[in-house]
Amino acid sequence: MKVTIDGIPVEVEPGTTILNAARQIGGDIVPPAMCYYSKLEGSGGKCRTCLVKVSKGSEKDPRPMPKLVASCRTTVMDGMEVQNITSPEVIEARKGIVEILLINHPLDCPICDQAGECDLQNLGFEHGAVKTRYEFDRRTFEKIDIGDKIQLHMTRCILCYRCVFTADQITDHRIHGILNRGDHSEISTYIKAAVDNDFSGNVIDVCPVGALTDKTFRFKNRVWFTKPVDAHRDCDHEKCNGKVTLWYKGEEVLRVTARKDKYGEVEEFICNTCRFDKKKTSDWVIEGPRKISHKSVISANHYEFKPLPVVKTNPQLMEKNKEQFERDTRL
Amino acid sequence: MESLSNKRKVLESKPLNFWERAYLPAIVQGLSITMKHFFRKPVTISYPEEQREFSENFRGMHSLKRDENGKERCTACGLCALSCPAEAITMIAAERQKGEEHLYREEKYAAVYEINMLRCIFCGLCEEACPKEAIYLDGNIVPADYLRKDFIYGKDKLVEAPLNQ
Repeated sequence: MKVTIDGIPVEVEPGTTILNAARQIGGDIVPPAMCYYSKLEGSGGKCRTCLVKVSKGSEKDPRPMPKLVASCRTTVMDGMEVQNITSPEVIEARKGIVEILLINHPLDCPICDQAGECDLQNLGFEHGAVKTRYEFDRRTFEKIDIGDKIQLHMTRCILCYRCVFTADQITDHRIHGILNRGDHSEISTYIKAAVDNDFSGNVIDVCPVGALTDKTFRFKNRVWFTKPVDAHRDCDHEKCNGKVTLWYKGEEVLRVTARKDKYGEVEEFICNTCRFDKKKTSDWVIEGPRKISHKSVISANHYEFKPLPVVKTNPQLMEKNKEQFERDTRL
Repeated sequence: MESLSNKRKVLESKPLNFWERAYLPAIVQGLSITMKHFFRKPVTISYPEEQREFSENFRGMHSLKRDENGKERCTACGLCALSCPAEAITMIAAERQKGEEHLYREEKYAAVYEINMLRCIFCGLCEEACPKEAIYLDGNIVPADYLRKDFIYGKDKLVEAPLNQ
């Protein structure tokens, strides 16, 4: 089937969604997605950030669709014409969506461990308005402890349901889900049962915001001061193949995550042993530094080339400098 | 050769006359200029007893601010360290425990916050980057010292004095 997205034609399989067709083209025209996750069945259709305009329904029925459609849930038709960034209507709608997603978001990015790799931060930066018009108190919750490995911050949640799908599809039995309805809905374990499962840690990676974060990494460091390195190990778990990204600060592994592609989706889910228990370099086989987009703050001050030495390495001088620094009596 | 600018002055060296040969008038003239300066306002000041007034946008030593209730504003978000072109700032964050709510404003705070004053170029980018209005370069000139390690300023030197003191 042939679809045209922002004037770029692409041949796709029948049954492909507009979002996936756009991802086959790649580049700027890919709609952002907060809830859709290609590895999770049934995800999508909740956040509305991927809204696009269908200016021509199909070859047989060329009428445009009356409203903007969610591109992650709408499948393509032959001859369909879609407008994403070329339509001012879509840009305007997306701005509104960002505003509504941020209505109850606490904006505590300076504290949040997700800052720097947060989808909502990127979305707000690229598509949002600078100010909110919301004047009321933001929604707050009582703190819920969901175990010693995963930290839940319900106030930051945007209810994308990704973690619920992960728990449903990746782990054996899920213990958390959405309680209540509408404005009151919240992610929770029902009777505060701890989330203990071999794959439960993946909810941290799928969470687009900082609602589910790694408790073992909590406040350890900011992500942009750490250095991502690809590594693998032989994992005993049959479903996990142990391919991860290690986040180094100096010699120390601060956290372990699955490898994420350019849409922020994990390449392969990893088990909790790899994620939480193996935090020594000796546990891993290092493959090399992870490539991070130069637009991301994580790549700030990381050089792909070897920077020219400011001063030629001079062991004698280095030794003297060290001596100077450690001196505690004046000369 | 003709000069390009036509500004060349041809000096004539005439023999000195009697008064010029006596030198006395020239010495008196020179001394009078010196004496005149005794009665002028001096251009220097005796620092550190006297201090000049700084301009309003002067950037001196950093201070970490407290809010109106005396809690530390800094939440160790790391944006100052990220923006610092000289890489002079480092910090270690910690989680606020129960009972420390009167000390720190947010859930997270800087347990260690160090600025290397030898590296700092006083550009003020940390001040601009701070989302919590916690750091300002509103202090004095950073004093001279003898040892390199004394130029690494920790929280003891940077944090503002508490309100009720």
